[in-house]
Amino acid sequence: MGPLDFHVFLQPVPTGETTYLGWLLQGLRTTVLLSACAWAVALVLGSLLGVFRTVPSRALRAIAGAYVEVFRNVPLLVQLFIWYFVVPEIVPGGERFKQIDPWLQQFLASMFCLGLFTAARVCEQVRAGIESLARGQRNAALALGLTLPQTYRHVLLPMAGRIIVPPLTSETLNVFKNSAVCSTIGLLELTAQGRQLVDYTARAYESFLAVTVLYLLLNAAVLLIMRKVEARTRVPGYLGSGR
Amino acid sequence: MISIRDVHKSYGTVEVLSGCSTEVKKGEVIVVCGPSGSGKSTLIKCVNGLEPIQSGEIVVDGISVAARRTNLPKLRARVGMVFQHFDLFPHLKVIDNLTLAQRKVLGRREEEARARAFSLLDRVGLREHAHKHPGELSGGQQQRVAIARSLALDPICMLFDEPTSALDPEMINEVLDVMVALARDGMTMIVVTHEMGFARRVAHRIVFMDRGKIVEDAPTADFFAAPKTDRARQFLSKILQH
Repeated sequence: MGPLDFHVFLQPVPTGETTYLGWLLQGLRTTVLLSACAWAVALVLGSLLGVFRTVPSRALRAIAGAYVEVFRNVPLLVQLFIWYFVVPEIVPGGERFKQIDPWLQQFLASMFCLGLFTAARVCEQVRAGIESLARGQRNAALALGLTLPQTYRHVLLPMAGRIIVPPLTSETLNVFKNSAVCSTIGLLELTAQGRQLVDYTARAYESFLAVTVLYLLLNAAVLLIMRKVEARTRVPGYLGSGR
Repeated sequence: MISIRDVHKSYGTVEVLSGCSTEVKKGEVIVVCGPSGSGKSTLIKCVNGLEPIQSGEIVVDGISVAARRTNLPKLRARVGMVFQHFDLFPHLKVIDNLTLAQRKVLGRREEEARARAFSLLDRVGLREHAHKHPGELSGGQQQRVAIARSLALDPICMLFDEPTSALDPEMINEVLDVMVALARDGMTMIVVTHEMGFARRVAHRIVFMDRGKIVEDAPTADFFAAPKTDRARQFLSKILQH
């Protein structure tokens, strides 16, 4: 291995419209956009499923339970291939999907794949959060005449949400890290750009060092934001001790 | 006002209530006592439908609790309930604990709900704590807030499920004082408690339960002077020994 040479990042790419650093930053932008969208999908769907797992209705509990088992127990990479290669072939409207911009096809398949995979994990966190609340909370709310949906909306979810901020932080980090898998279907996110850089410059050490640093910075930023969320939602005098 | 007729309830094969019947008239205060596991708490949770019953009937103010057409949330809003562990909503300030159900269940406007809340906080002596969170209050204070939270809905009767059992001894009286005042004001109350001093002072009748059955249902003075059953005598001698 020769001496490290970071000047390579400032050289223009073969097509000339940007530098190699520009490629990495484009990849970073795609990673952030993809992860943020997937996280939004996961949070909404996962919360809904998490609520389903704790309601009295057996049917809803079974649906959410089956969802978790399927999405948690199939490898993420396999799920991605299914979303990208199989689903457009078998669902109605798949033909039209295959005619849209290839980048958008890759992006949407990646977003749903990551989002639905992570939703199963968020679901389990939400369920654990709700179950960790004192059972009395539900009874107290119902005894005041609140309906079950109102009980979830005003009593159970606000408190469960606060309790699960720390585990959700690690799920957020996972979304950003798992998004690297999407390079396998050709989406030019951060990892894919790193590989492309190696192909063009033969500078493997510099390229992946840069990719590594960018992932670390990204996740440091996520951690910082989640700490803020945690501090902002802290309840005075509440130690989180479930009875 | 509350009538409990031949109520049976079981968890799986274990029968926790077997044929309980009693009547509570308007303005009456009933204390339910008995050894742990005798079904006291379960019985009063059946009164507002928190626990379903398998057979029998419970009628509150003319409405059958277990009937399919009964709007349970609407009925529950008229039956206040106070729990052993207070169960205030920890993420809401005291004042918001008191206004939540007023706004969401009764549809009161914010100002109206707050006015009612403050007048009740005055009554339980906690107005200056309105903007604290429950976790910043002592157990006794939390239970007084919980009582105020129930009263905010202007219930026609109140259920108390061992309201002082989770409290430090020195905080028991501040809660009992509020309950005594409430009883003196004519509130209809069913109180599950081991506080026999409270029972003597305010209860009109004592219901004594053992193994899912109401074994004694007598006016307070009679119950303490001469319990009819051996089981009640035994219980009283143990609980009043000191």
